[in-house]
Amino acid sequence: MGELVKRNHWVIRVTHWVNVVAIVLMAGSGMRIFNAHPAFARPGEQFPLNPWEGHAIPASLTFGSWLGGARHWHFAAMWLLVANAIVYLAFLFLHGEWRDVVPRRRDARDAVEMIRFYLFARRDHPLQGKHNALQRTTYFAMPALGVIIVLSGLAIWKPVTLGFITALFVNYKWARFVHFVAMALLLLLSLIHVFMVLTVDPYSLRSMISGWYDRTRSPEARNARPFYHLFARGHSDVEAPGESAAS
Amino acid sequence: MNLDRRRFLSVSAASLSSALLAACNRNPRSAATLLAFAERKNASVEEALFRHDAMNRVPRSARLTGEAFPKYFVSERVPMWDPAARGAWRLEVSGAVRRPVRLSLDELVRLPSVTQKVDHFCVEGWNARAAWTGVRVSDLARLVEPTPDAGYVDFAGFDEGYHESWDLESAMHPQTLVAYGMDGRMLGPGHGAPARVHSPVKLGYKNTKYLTRVVFMPRQNGGYWTDQGYEWYGGT
Repeated sequence: MGELVKRNHWVIRVTHWVNVVAIVLMAGSGMRIFNAHPAFARPGEQFPLNPWEGHAIPASLTFGSWLGGARHWHFAAMWLLVANAIVYLAFLFLHGEWRDVVPRRRDARDAVEMIRFYLFARRDHPLQGKHNALQRTTYFAMPALGVIIVLSGLAIWKPVTLGFITALFVNYKWARFVHFVAMALLLLLSLIHVFMVLTVDPYSLRSMISGWYDRTRSPEARNARPFYHLFARGHSDVEAPGESAAS
Repeated sequence: MNLDRRRFLSVSAASLSSALLAACNRNPRSAATLLAFAERKNASVEEALFRHDAMNRVPRSARLTGEAFPKYFVSERVPMWDPAARGAWRLEVSGAVRRPVRLSLDELVRLPSVTQKVDHFCVEGWNARAAWTGVRVSDLARLVEPTPDAGYVDFAGFDEGYHESWDLESAMHPQTLVAYGMDGRMLGPGHGAPARVHSPVKLGYKNTKYLTRVVFMPRQNGGYWTDQGYEWYGGT
């Protein structure tokens, strides 16, 4: 038998999967709304920052079937996204789990070591706690992007009534651009996250469903890179902070 | 890539037709019920947030969209008022009011006017800028004295059956105009001549062009795009 630890509190697990649903709904309907006018320039102006100005996103990636329908989904699912995010962030703060994700001074150096390990420039998996430095950075960047997305979203939803928020992004046009770019970055990080879960640590899926995690299967114990040592059984003698061992 | 007016027109035309095709909602009924509920709740949140002193501000130095300002209408051809067929154009301000009026264009122009450089927010996501000249709807209201039960205003025009109804608060916003001038000239036929509603506080589709009637009402009566499934509130 492995060495099972309770890794994720049920609040974390529930908000994680609700977030998956909310982000899929929001990104899909948002891209459908974007396709009604897939450009950032005002009429008669240029927008050189977007090399694909005027090119729509493939309809198969979008959700809501038409502009009005996608807007209804977007403005309904936004409450799910925000309510879920508030529960998650409040829990993280009150329960101390924020320590697992806020950046530490060591993170930059540790992240370089992780990248060196993934690029075979280093043999052994760097020592880590619950998350490696790249994960910590990602799991911090994702909610940070979420905050930018919500703020820029309010800015383009209510550019007059909440004009002071729009002004944070200069004006409506730039707020819309920030909203789009932050969404694209969040989707990119999510795709990398899913790829790394499947190719490096599929055992962590269990910890996001039942909460239990087998520490002898950790990437560190298996010395795992993407696709490498996927089914190896290692031995962990590193005590991960914040995890209580169970038999 | 430069998006010229032609491109904007084709984009608009494409979304118009897709909206028409989608007139029957393809969502399952339970989802449609949930979305309708969310729309109603959102409208009350938007109404609660709405303030008459939250104004749209465009920098004085900002460029006007000018000729590139998209033109749109729902008729097959640019709607033009034909005095020979319909008599002189009049703006009727009526409904739940004490003193309904019918104003000629001259009378409208002689009322106290404002000129404001503001944003125009289209539901599609773009915004454009113009300097509009016209009479505040709140000034028209002062003229006709709405009765206490008037909670909504319907703006109807001669572009087929185009109309959109508004909540009274948005109509009374100081930046909501019955506009007859644009960028220092009288309104052109592509932009809703002789008069139209213009306000930055509502999305473009709520801003009825080719205006003929401003009707104060105790209930809202939907609108051209609202009836096809776009949000009724459509506020910014």
